[in-house]
This record gives sequence, C-alpha cells and structure tokens, in this order.
Amino acid sequence: MNPAETPLHLNSYRTGPDDRGHFGLYGGRFVAETLMPLILELEAAYEAAKADPSFHAELADLNAHYAGRPSPLYFAERLTQHLGGAKVYFKREELNHTGSHKVNNCLGQILLAKRMGKKRIIAETGAGQHGVATATVAARFGLPCVIYMGATDIERQKPNVFRMRLLGAEVRPVISGTGTLKDAMNEALRDWVSNVEDTFYIIGTVAGPHPYPAMVRDFQAVIGKETREQMLAAEGRLPDTLVAAIGGGSNAMGIFHPFLDDPSVKMFGVEAAGKGLDVPNGHCASLNGGTPGVLHGNRTYLLQDGDGQILEGHSISAGLDYPGIGPEHSWLRDTGRVTYVAATDREALDAFQLCTRIEGIIPALEPSHALAYVTKLAPTLPPDNLLVMNMSGRGDKDIFAVAAHLGMDI
Amino acid sequence: MMHRLAKVFEELAAQDRKAFVTFITAGDPDTATSLEILKGLPGAGADVIELGMPFSDPMADGPAIQRASLRALHAGQDMHKTLAMVRAFRETNKTTPIVLMGYYNPIYVYPVDRFLADAVEAGVDGLIVVDAPPEADDELCIPALNAGLNFIRLTTPTTDDHRLGAVLANTSGFVYYVSITGVTGTRAPDLEAVARNVARIKARTTLPVAVGFGVRTPEQAKAIASVADGVVVGSALVDTIAQSLDDKGRATELTVSSVLTLVEKLSAGLKAA
Repeated sequence: MNPAETPLHLNSYRTGPDDRGHFGLYGGRFVAETLMPLILELEAAYEAAKADPSFHAELADLNAHYAGRPSPLYFAERLTQHLGGAKVYFKREELNHTGSHKVNNCLGQILLAKRMGKKRIIAETGAGQHGVATATVAARFGLPCVIYMGATDIERQKPNVFRMRLLGAEVRPVISGTGTLKDAMNEALRDWVSNVEDTFYIIGTVAGPHPYPAMVRDFQAVIGKETREQMLAAEGRLPDTLVAAIGGGSNAMGIFHPFLDDPSVKMFGVEAAGKGLDVPNGHCASLNGGTPGVLHGNRTYLLQDGDGQILEGHSISAGLDYPGIGPEHSWLRDTGRVTYVAATDREALDAFQLCTRIEGIIPALEPSHALAYVTKLAPTLPPDNLLVMNMSGRGDKDIFAVAAHLGMDI
Repeated sequence: MMHRLAKVFEELAAQDRKAFVTFITAGDPDTATSLEILKGLPGAGADVIELGMPFSDPMADGPAIQRASLRALHAGQDMHKTLAMVRAFRETNKTTPIVLMGYYNPIYVYPVDRFLADAVEAGVDGLIVVDAPPEADDELCIPALNAGLNFIRLTTPTTDDHRLGAVLANTSGFVYYVSITGVTGTRAPDLEAVARNVARIKARTTLPVAVGFGVRTPEQAKAIASVADGVVVGSALVDTIAQSLDDKGRATELTVSSVLTLVEKLSAGLKAA
C-alpha cells in the first residue's frame, strides 16, 4: 500500500489511562506508602482478571441472573410528548437488583476480592446506594462488610441504612468533617491503611487511586454497551445525545465510555448546582466550579479554597455531594469531548415530580438532576434526535427527603 | 553548607545519642500559641521538629492529628502563616532542622515551584508529604531536592524488599519508618518487628532511620531509640495540646507549658538510653 493511502488512526478517547494511571494531567496514585503495595497488587490482579475469560463469564452470569441485566432501554413516550423535542429514552439502571447502577461495579469488585483471597470488605457511601450494593454482594459471597457513612447522610438516608444492616453489614457513622461522603471516604481509607492485609476496599465511583477509576469504568461500561445494542435494535442507529448525572461520575462514565469515539454522539454530564453555582460552597459542581487538585489518591477537579483546603459543597442529593469527580471526567472536560452542565436542587425536585407523574417512574434524586437538564435540552432538539438519559437509580430511598422539601408529612 | 538534618544526625551519632523528633501541627490551637510551642521545643529537648501543614482531609492520620488540623484551620491557619512561623523561628534558632509534614494538595495549589522557593527562603529543611509516593517523584520530590530541600520518605511494614529500593532512591535527610500499619497514634508498635525492619532498611541505606507512629511514653521512646537512630512523637503532644484548651477550644496558660513539659520528660527518657 502506498504510505499516503494508509488510513489515519482516529485519535481515541478510549485508550486512557496510561500505564501510570493518568488521563492527561489527571488521575495517578497519590496514596500513603502503606497502601502503595496493595494498590500495585490490585492493579496486577485486575489485569490478570481482565485477561481471564472465566472472570468475564462469571461476571456475565451474575449480571444476567443476579442483577437482572440487561436493563431495558425504555422510550419515554409521554415525557417526549410533554417536552416536544428530542425522542427521550431512559436506560433503566434503576431496575437493577438493589435499585441502581452501583451493583454493576460491586459484582465486578467482589469477584476480584475473591480472586485475591481477601476476607473482609469495606466501602464508603453517600446516598447509601453504593453501600447497599456492597452489602448485598458481601452477603452473596459470605464476606463480612463494613460501610462508612457520614452521620449527616445516615440521618437523611435512613431506609438505605436499614437495608445495609438487614444485609448484615456494619454501618459505621463518620462524624469528622460535616459527616458526608468525603469524610466517609477518608475514614474508609484509614480503615484500609490499618487492615491492608485482609481487606478489600470497594470504591463506589470512578475516582480514587489508579486502577480504581479505570476498573470501575470498565465494570460500568456495560451500561453503554447495552445502550448501543439496544438503540441499534430499536432505531437502527446510534443515539445522538446522552445525558447522565455526575457525582463522582460512575453512571455517566458507564454510559459515555463506549460512545466516546463516535463523533456524532453528544454527551452531557449534569453536576449538582445545589443552591446555585453562584452561591459560595453551595453546590457540588467540581467541573463547573472547582479547580484541579489532589485528593483521595487522584488528581482531578476539586471544590477547594485558595489554600488547597477541600470544601464540603452542598446538594439535596447525598449521592452527588462529593467535592471531587472521577479523573477521566476532568480530562474529558478539558478536551471538550463531554459537555458538563449543572442543575439546582429546585430543578431536580421539579424533574423528580414530573417524571413520577407522567412516566410512573420515581427517579432517585441523582438522575433527577440529569432529567432536569433533559427538560431544558430536549425541547431545543429536533424530533429525530435520539436522546438517552441514564436513569441511574430509583427514588424510594429519597421519598423522605423529598417529602420534607415539599412540606409533606409521611 | 551542610544540611541541618545531616549535621544534627552526625553530631548525635558522634555522641552515641539518638534524635528526638517532635511533631506539632502548625497553627494548633492558634498561630501565636503554636509559634511559642515551636520556639520552646529545642530547649525542651527536640533535636528535629516536624511541623504539620494542616489539611482538611488528612487521610493517613488518626483522630488526634485530624482534630489538630481542624483546630488550626478553624483558627485561620494557612500555608503562608505556616511558612511565616518557620521564618519567625529561624530569627532565633539557626540550627534545629524543621521538616514540614503534610499532604500534597495545599502544596500543589500553592503551586509547587513557588512553595519550594518560599519554603527554602523561610528556613525549612525538608518535606514529608504523605500522599506523594515515589511514583510521583517527578512532580514534587525531584524539584524539592533540586531546590535544596531534603525529601524524607515514609517506609512501612508493607514496604517489601523489592519496593524498598524505589522508596529509598530519592530519599534524603533521614528515613521515616512507620512502625505500624495504620493511622497515626492508634496502636503501640511491636519492638521486635521494628528492630527487624529498621535493620532491613539500614542494610540498604546509609541514611539515619527514625521511627514513629504510636510512640507515647518515655519508656517506649527509650525502647525504640535502642533500635533506631531517632524517635518521632506526634499524637501524644497533640493530645496534650487538646487537653489544655478551654471549653471553647482556646489556648490557656497551661497549653505551652504542658506540651513542653511532656517533651522534656520524653527527651529525658530517650536520652537516658
């Protein structure tokens, strides 16, 4: 072949991270020395598992028969009519066992823990969805499990706390800081440093030291892979628009990643704008209102002050009020491949009620943020635009918080 | 000019003595009180001072040092004030080495190059940055060494022989052996294991080895000193500060004296070795 005719390789958005765990500037492995050997061991174990067909077969079997995959791709006909624009689909991750996308990752990590011979599971949780999913897989595989959860979150997510305890997990309240997700993650890291020999830490989002961001993404990418097949089956072509809520960013990365190299697919990650992006420390939009820094083992956008002290942020959703974000999202922001926007508490509450009333689906407060942006975006798009929103979790856990905000007693 | 750390360890070795390394958090419970404690440490027996740079999320520290960080931050401590404390200390003390200890983010945000220049100018001798492993040497450790600062690395019971080489490669000043797997101040070290690990490290480096995490009493300090070149005490001092505060968390007349009295006792215990 004439060299001039050699096809050029497209630049790929899907090759990260590099062998040091970096997505451009972001990612890496910024952890205490005590943990480094464990992180390296985990990386090796994950690489070996990835190359082992029996690992994939066992995970696929659990996904199908335990978690209930594939999750449906549902055409939200009434919402589409209501919004009068793009054709809106929901990827129904809220129908998974345990009620959110979190179980996809937990099943993958517990299989890895089993391969590594670990005897004890720990995790952090904000809204409790990841805690419930972790407690569930720990029960399924017969391993003792400790879940760190901020005292504030324990108060506002009581149903999930009860579920975790029913599943046999010990829920340890974290009172340091303001008792939310960031503090729970600090405490889980402290536990891990203290119990490195026998403990596996199941991180719930695409953040933390390498290989977690890549590993959690790989386990969650099942969402995007299914969406791709399902949309091809339903419409004969790829979707045009993807929308997902972002806390740490695992459900968004799961649906985005398989489409990153499809230039026709536009992607929107929706952060929590809380009381408003202009309210100091009143939101959790790390990409829209933060700056790069190093926390929890990775470099990424963070909510922080000028001295590098981490801020707490605010969101009505306990699953979104994390001051950081997965490093791959930081990279996708800087490269411009994904557009990151934000929705306020109020907008999310409105979307929550709209979806409940006209689709008969009670969404979690997390995807309600994505839905709030869909209600703005869809009307501006033509009717042949295929929009998929990741319905990442169900709202049963949120009914008490929503009732309080709506001034109702239950 | 010989680095202050090298000089101190050399002088102590010549006298067959062990280094007493004390840790306090800068700005705990407030900048003025903290500076008074800092200035008093050498006289009370500290050979090397570790000064904690407060951070909102100290993931590798136990409750005592977490609370110290928060007290300092609530009192308005920041990196500029921490460096100013070192500058003020240097006005009256030119010999006691000061090592800043903390987490990467406040340095990264400062940012790194300016921080290193300001730290050298203030009279800082070395850095211990808990979450900057050898894998990230190109961004902090190497620039710090080039700026003339020592970069002290933590080694732990989980640092195996294979990894020890990488950990020691760019370490200078001294090696800090973390005697437990765990966070600061939570359990007492096992002396036999410490002796074994210190010997393992010393077989691979000519640097002095100081041992910390979990040393609280003069007896423990003495025991550790019998197998290492130095002993680090942190949480016990920070706890003493906490116990001296009034019910609103403010310093009292006991704050400075109670910490320095404990340092004297620990120093006497260690130097009786």
